[in-house]
Amino acid sequence: MSTKDPSRGLLVSPIRNGTVIDHITAGEALNVLRILGITGSTPECLSIATNVESKRMGKKDIVKIENRELRTEEVDRIALLAPQAKINIIREYKVVEKKGVEIPEVLRGVVRCPNPGCITNTNEPVESTFEVLPKGLHCLYCDWLIKDDIANHII
Amino acid sequence: MYHIISIRDFERSDLDYLLDRAREFDTGEYRPAMLDDKLVALLFFEPSTRTRMSFATAMARLGGRSIGVDSVEASSIVKGETLADTIRVVSGYADAIVLRHPKEGAARLASEFASVPVINAGDGAGQHPSQTLLDLYTIRQSIPIDGTNVGLLGDLRYGRTAHSLALALSLYGVTLHTIAPGGLEMPANIALELRERGMEVVEHANVEEAIRELDVLYVTRIQRERFPDSASYYNVASSYRITPDLLDGVKERLMILHPLPRAGEIDPAVDRTPYARYFEQARNGVPIRMALLHEVMK
Repeated sequence: MSTKDPSRGLLVSPIRNGTVIDHITAGEALNVLRILGITGSTPECLSIATNVESKRMGKKDIVKIENRELRTEEVDRIALLAPQAKINIIREYKVVEKKGVEIPEVLRGVVRCPNPGCITNTNEPVESTFEVLPKGLHCLYCDWLIKDDIANHII
Repeated sequence: MYHIISIRDFERSDLDYLLDRAREFDTGEYRPAMLDDKLVALLFFEPSTRTRMSFATAMARLGGRSIGVDSVEASSIVKGETLADTIRVVSGYADAIVLRHPKEGAARLASEFASVPVINAGDGAGQHPSQTLLDLYTIRQSIPIDGTNVGLLGDLRYGRTAHSLALALSLYGVTLHTIAPGGLEMPANIALELRERGMEVVEHANVEEAIRELDVLYVTRIQRERFPDSASYYNVASSYRITPDLLDGVKERLMILHPLPRAGEIDPAVDRTPYARYFEQARNGVPIRMALLHEVMK
C-alpha cells in the first residue's frame, strides 16, 4: 500500500509547457496573477497553491501557468512582491530554465506613482520611473517615496 | 548639455561655484562675453511675479532677449498639446528654456525632450532650485553658511522652497530647526533623508521656543488652496506671526528670510528691523539667475 498523501499529487502535478513560479511569498499568489494580467476571463490554464509548507520559507505559494513563458518585465514585477520566487520554464514536462528573480535598480513602467501631482500621471509620453532603494521606491520625476503596499501600485 | 532641475542633482562644489559666479555678476567683477545673441523662452504655466521677472531681468542684463508664455490659457496646452511636444517645439526657437509648471517632475520630463538646456523655475510642490540658490546666496552675503542654526517656519509639508533649501543646507553642516503647524510638518521621508545626510534636525512646537538659537529664520506662507475651508486655513495661518516683540533677545546677526509673497506671517513693522532681509533676498534673484542663464548658455 502506498503511503503517499494523495493530496500532494494534486499540488505538484506537472505541466507540459509553461511556467511554474515557486517560492512565492505566502499570500501573494493572487497579487502575482493580478500583475501578470491573468483574470477569470483570460484563457490560461492555471494551478494555484497557497500556504504550502516549505522548509526554507515556512509557508509559500506556487503558481503554474500552462502555455505561457514569462517575459523579463513580468519577472521584474514579480520580484517586487516575492523576492525569493523561482521561475521555472517548462517544455515537454522538463525544466529547461530555472532562474531567481532580481529587483532591477530602476523600474520603468512597472509602478504607478501614487502622487496625483506627478507629471507621469498625466497624458505625457513618459513611463513612470522609480529607483529601487533600501527604504522604498523613489520616483525619479517627483521624488515621491513608496515605502509599503507596493502591490497596489503595480501597473 | 547642462540642465538645472533639482537641488538633489548638485554637489556642494556646484552650489559654491554658482554662488561665486552670482557674486561676481552682482559686484560687477565679472563682465564676460554676454548673451547678446541668445534667446531664452520663459514658459510659465503657473502664476509667478518674482521668478518670471527676475529671469527676464537677468537675461536682459546679460544682453539677451526673452520670449514666452504667461499662463496655460495662453498656450497650446488648452488645445491638448502635451508638455513634451511644447518643449520640442520651443527647443527650435530658443537657446534655453525656463519652465514653471504645476506638475511635479515637469522639469525633469522637459529636460528629456529638450534639445536646449532647461532650468526648473518651480514644478508643483516639487523643486525650485533657483530659489534655493538665491536663499543660500542671501545667507552667505552676511555670514558663512557652515555651522549655522537655520529655522524653517510654516508649511513644511507642501513648501517646495523649504524642502529644497533643507536639502541644500544639509551640504553645509547646518543644524536645522523645523517649526510647523500641526499637519504641515516636514514629510517623514525628507526628514529621514536629511538625517541620513548627516544633518541635525530639531523639531519645535512653536517659533518662540527656537528663535533665540537661530542665525537664520526662513518663514514661509501657508497656502490657502491646501485647505478645505477658510476657517481651517485661518486656524493654522494665525498660529504664527513674526512681530518686533518676538525678536527681543535674538542673536544680533539673525536674518529673517521669506520667499515672498507673504500673507500676514510677518508683521510689516519687522521690515524696519535690521533682521529683515526678504526684500534683499528677492533682489538677489537677479544675480543668481544671471549666473544660471550664463552657465547653461555660455
